Amino acid sequence: MSLRGITRGLCFGVLGIIFATGVFAGVVTHYSYATQFRETPNGPPCAAHLLGTDSLGRDLFTRIVYGTRVSLLLAPAAALLATIIAGILGGLAGLRGGWVEKTILAAADLSLALPLFFVLIALRALLPLDISPTFSVVATFVTLGLLGWPASLRMVWAAARRLRDSDHFLFATALGYSKSRLLFRQVVPNLRPILLALFWISVPLFILTEATLSMLGLGVMEPLPSWGNLLRGSEDFSLMFENPWRLAPLGVLVVTVVCFQYILPKTGETA
Amino acid sequence: MIRRSVLLLALASGFFSCFITGAHAQSGTELHFCLRGEPKTFNPLLVDDDASENVRYLTGGVLIRVNRQTQALEPALAESWKVSQNGRSITFHLRAGLGFSDGTPFTSNDVAYTMRLLMDPQMHSATSDAFRSGDGKLNVQTPSPDVVTITFPVPIGGLERLFDQVAILSARSPKKEMATLGAYFVAEYKAGSYVLLRRNPNYWKRDAQGNHLPYIETVRLDIQRNRDIELMRFRRGELQLINRLDAEQFDRLEKENAAAARNAGVGLDSEFLWFNQVPSSPLPDYKKKWFQTTEFRRALSLAINRADLARVVFFGYATPAYGPVSPSNHFWFNTSLPAPRYDPQNALAELAKAGFRLENGGLSDSTGHRVEFTLITNSANAVRQKMATMIQQDLAQIGVNLKLVTLDFPSLIERMTKTFDYDACLLGLVNTDLDPNGQMTVWLSSGEDHQWNPNQKTPATAWEAEIDRLMREQASSADEKLRKAKFDRVQQIVAEQQPFIYLVNENALSAVSAEVSGAAPVALNPQAFWNIDTLRLGPSKQLGATK
Repeated sequence: MSLRGITRGLCFGVLGIIFATGVFAGVVTHYSYATQFRETPNGPPCAAHLLGTDSLGRDLFTRIVYGTRVSLLLAPAAALLATIIAGILGGLAGLRGGWVEKTILAAADLSLALPLFFVLIALRALLPLDISPTFSVVATFVTLGLLGWPASLRMVWAAARRLRDSDHFLFATALGYSKSRLLFRQVVPNLRPILLALFWISVPLFILTEATLSMLGLGVMEPLPSWGNLLRGSEDFSLMFENPWRLAPLGVLVVTVVCFQYILPKTGETA
Repeated sequence: MIRRSVLLLALASGFFSCFITGAHAQSGTELHFCLRGEPKTFNPLLVDDDASENVRYLTGGVLIRVNRQTQALEPALAESWKVSQNGRSITFHLRAGLGFSDGTPFTSNDVAYTMRLLMDPQMHSATSDAFRSGDGKLNVQTPSPDVVTITFPVPIGGLERLFDQVAILSARSPKKEMATLGAYFVAEYKAGSYVLLRRNPNYWKRDAQGNHLPYIETVRLDIQRNRDIELMRFRRGELQLINRLDAEQFDRLEKENAAAARNAGVGLDSEFLWFNQVPSSPLPDYKKKWFQTTEFRRALSLAINRADLARVVFFGYATPAYGPVSPSNHFWFNTSLPAPRYDPQNALAELAKAGFRLENGGLSDSTGHRVEFTLITNSANAVRQKMATMIQQDLAQIGVNLKLVTLDFPSLIERMTKTFDYDACLLGLVNTDLDPNGQMTVWLSSGEDHQWNPNQKTPATAWEAEIDRLMREQASSADEKLRKAKFDRVQQIVAEQQPFIYLVNENALSAVSAEVSGAAPVALNPQAFWNIDTLRLGPSKQLGATK
């Protein structure tokens, strides 16, 4: 096995462990992510609190574990949504051409021109207040998914256009393939590598976007943890020299993003 | 090519500004600190933001000054004054032979000009609001260059104290509002960058030895919004003062340099929450009923552990709040108010009185509705979000399901003032005025800052009607004892009814470099430089180190 193969295997393993920790959070830790041990805010690691406590005395390890569940389950879901939208619209634009192509590309350009954060701020303000933290986090990621497609769309569109102009597609059309057969035998297999690559690229992007939103106080609502709002607790880097264990959320995020980058298919694999 | 030239120019200007900054820092005659925003105006009558307020304090000459340390009134441009028995007029005897920073002589005509301008409705001066307690015109008489009598249409409570905010303008100077009577005048201003103040050569004050004040030649105010950068620059020695520090920054600084971290004790600012009691709000009727029930509000107040908020969120640099007046406001604080209590058992007893019951860990009202509501606060304020999270856990102990939502400030204000589509809100109040007249719009039921139910045509409750009456009576009385008695009663009603649930009063925290001598930070704004005219920049690093 090549070095890249070993690295990819390792990265899959690490991601698997992180995923499993998130899914089985209740088994991994016996604390609640919301319980405040107010006598020991900003506490150092000890037997009771493996990674110490945050500024409100909550067990940091527990919050990272539950935060993993939120960030690592919902970010791929949002990435999937964005990729599906980009795939459908990009494929349609590339294959149909004409006014459909123009309309879709214009919509994508318009969406790209919109400042994402202001749109998210406005959408959050429009949402009813009386919603649960779980609904709020799902809404955040769905919004990210719904707004995250335009950048991917242009790549899918370009690939679909290449496909439309290719000899084998022309041949299949000339043979009188039905539309569904063309779709499932020609379009989907040919676009799949690029859609997969876009999906894997989007996952860490959405994790980081949620982190940024939480840094602005607009992402996942307290007391539900996410990697984003955990990072918010370590905004002040000067504190990190005194309490380096508080960098743990950042460490997990960096490891995850790096692992996602390594498991991405290479250029040759996507072509 | 153009881009390259701009880059070179930027680099050059950066180099020269560094050079100039270095030269200033070495001179030992320039005090350097930050404004947290762009001053919106240099006209002292139009000030309504923090940055302009600080510039006004440093440059404006006033007739009477409130001593920020003793909270007593002191003569400034006026040697003496007398308020008439009916509280409608005040006569000032001015110091003779004074002049503005540009040399224009100061006379009673300048006071008359300033007061007329201040009270002109076209000016829309926020400072003038405190003087408007009734309809009618202002009358100003200047029998001599050193005497001026100002008569208001109705009596004004605490009239003389209001003049601390009125910086006198020159009626004749060609420099208009840039000619000042205070310790400094604005010498340079670069938008977005800095304000440079230079010592007023004609400033009236002398020290005990007869030396001209202020001691410091220039004050450079850098415009810096980011508090972390401000602290970093202070640590590097680029700044000599930070007027206000938050608790976390202060805690950090104190560990590094205890002499520089100055804690002036409990401050005037408060953090509080309130429930939406607006009858026309789009809330369901059962929620409106909860929020309008006194026992409900009292119970939730009892269930909040304020001591934990002060200790955990504010690192111990805050005090559980009694009510609308901080204990640091020596005259107006009602000392007979009960200390804030944390008592979840009593909270449940209060709730039971109003028909609420605790079942399976959840609180329900008499009609079976589960008690759950949303608390909104402004996003990007980590301190308030921490407070809200702690309150969430406290209320969970009495079966209340509290949800938290942070909103950007414009959305928050829209919900608070226009749509009234919210359950409860957590915010803070920066209090700059010691006198209760500064809070009229908060306490009058018709006021727009009466947040729990603003702009009422007639008071919705008997206790609000009583507050209206007491506030109006104290505002139009010249008898300080009577005013105090009436405002004590207002504080008592607020403690009983809990329309605002006061949480903590944050300490007044600031940072002063060892290079500055004479600094004695206080609770009142401006905390760290209230005595700017007697501050010195010493060559010795030891000078400012004493607390």
